[in-house]
Amino acid sequence: MMDIKSNIAAIRADFPILDTEVYKHPLVYLDNAATTQKPACVIRRIEEGYSRHNANVHRWVHFLSQVATEAHEAARQTVASFLNAASSSEIIFTRGTTEAVNLVAFSFGEKFVSAGNEIIVSEMEHHSNIVPWQLLCQRKGARLRVIPFDDRGDLDLSVYESLINEKTKLVAVAQVSNTLGTVNPVSEMIRTAHAHGVPVLIDGAQAVQHIKVDVRALDADFYVFSGHKIYGPAGVGVLYGKEKWLEQMPPYQGGGEMIARVSFEKTTFNELPYKFEAGTPDFIGSTALAEAIRYVENIGIENIHAYESGLLAYATQQLSQIEGLRIFGQSANKESVVSMQVDRIHPYDMGTLLDKLGIALRTGHHCAEPVMAHYGIDSTLRASFALYNTFEEVDALVAGIRKVKTLFE
Amino acid sequence: MTINELQDQVIDDFSAFDEWFDKYAMLIELGNQLPPITEAQRCEQNLIQGCQSRVWLDAHVDEVSGHVIFEGDSDAVIVKGILSLLIQVLSDHAPAEIAEADLYFIERIGLKEHLSPTRSNGLLAMVKQMKLYGLVFSQKP
Repeated sequence: MMDIKSNIAAIRADFPILDTEVYKHPLVYLDNAATTQKPACVIRRIEEGYSRHNANVHRWVHFLSQVATEAHEAARQTVASFLNAASSSEIIFTRGTTEAVNLVAFSFGEKFVSAGNEIIVSEMEHHSNIVPWQLLCQRKGARLRVIPFDDRGDLDLSVYESLINEKTKLVAVAQVSNTLGTVNPVSEMIRTAHAHGVPVLIDGAQAVQHIKVDVRALDADFYVFSGHKIYGPAGVGVLYGKEKWLEQMPPYQGGGEMIARVSFEKTTFNELPYKFEAGTPDFIGSTALAEAIRYVENIGIENIHAYESGLLAYATQQLSQIEGLRIFGQSANKESVVSMQVDRIHPYDMGTLLDKLGIALRTGHHCAEPVMAHYGIDSTLRASFALYNTFEEVDALVAGIRKVKTLFE
Repeated sequence: MTINELQDQVIDDFSAFDEWFDKYAMLIELGNQLPPITEAQRCEQNLIQGCQSRVWLDAHVDEVSGHVIFEGDSDAVIVKGILSLLIQVLSDHAPAEIAEADLYFIERIGLKEHLSPTRSNGLLAMVKQMKLYGLVFSQKP
């Protein structure tokens, strides 16, 4: 088993950006829930893609096109294995989590949702897993139901069960909350939904980079995530869908790649997964994402999880000692995210001043305004960790917050 | 003093600070000293909503001098400090003077980043709003 802590210098050396200086301070990058930094192998893969393998995919007649197509399809296989999908035809490349959710909301919604039906989401979703469902509900005259969470940040599963009824068409819930860090009991939630014959979409944007995901063990009907949050490039993401659903769903966008034959009388659509991939895909991005997944798998997702859990526990313990610091999200099952407020210092002020010390964090409502509304606040300061963060960086954050506090005393 | 003389004075005040820490300590002090606005002024109509912080800006014309008087507030103290500087520079001037003002002091004192649209703190919109008030009041008969 690889011990990240004793290999941290080597791991950090894999990420060129980490030696950046910010206002003469070493960069302390704690905004990983927004996006992660990229290891050199991913950056190199993008460069090689464009300098050696660039040709449009699935056009086959010439050599380069074959190389590019094989790399793109091998990337799909890497993603399928990573999620333990039954087949790579269940892996749709999208631009990211948001597009993946929109695809399901549109296509599944077109086929299966009608007036009077209900969709269930949770109170802790980010906007990308709320708004597509709201739009669907508006289009179809359906209703959005919401699973509340308690002040610790845990979903109320008894309310969840009571919300499911014969009108429910789909449940869409995050595996890990981007604001509270809560790891939701999605396995149990999927079982509950399936007992009523209701499919479930899991938003894994904040999960795949931290915990082992097995879509078949979970029995998830749909699982979505973004490449850039798991050390891969921006602009590429994944929708996993069970074949039985994807087969029944109509196409999302029209255009090249997703069609079998076109005439002005009738167009027939390509088979899975291409039916949902209109236009030229980001075939360089997909291969770079596969490279990022291999990087994560080489280190071992369990090792990453163990190390990040240690960082989170240490950060929580150290931050809690700061007088007047309040942490939002205190679930017993948490991942790598600490949302907080310090005294009555506005997170914008705190974030601005920590930035001057080279510490990068996110401030604001984290595109999860209902979570802010739950606590009656407008914004928080959020520190989020990745496998390359160190215990010393946690110390720098704690010292930084203490220093900024003195400005307000 | 003219708007430019006031801007130069702010630049002069801030030139004493080498360290960001002192500069921001000053801004925080200015923010905390900004006279509070009334509950009535803290209304939806005066609210400039940023993604990161909120700003309230109220403007009226003084009947005697004909000058525009700005008052405002923000929930973030740094934003409030910058607002305080803007009020110091722009408030109590003729509407046309405000509308035509070239605000160079923010960049010169190294606070330009707070006016970036990506900051989404309401400040950029507020500066535009202040100038717009100047324009509107200058066209009133």
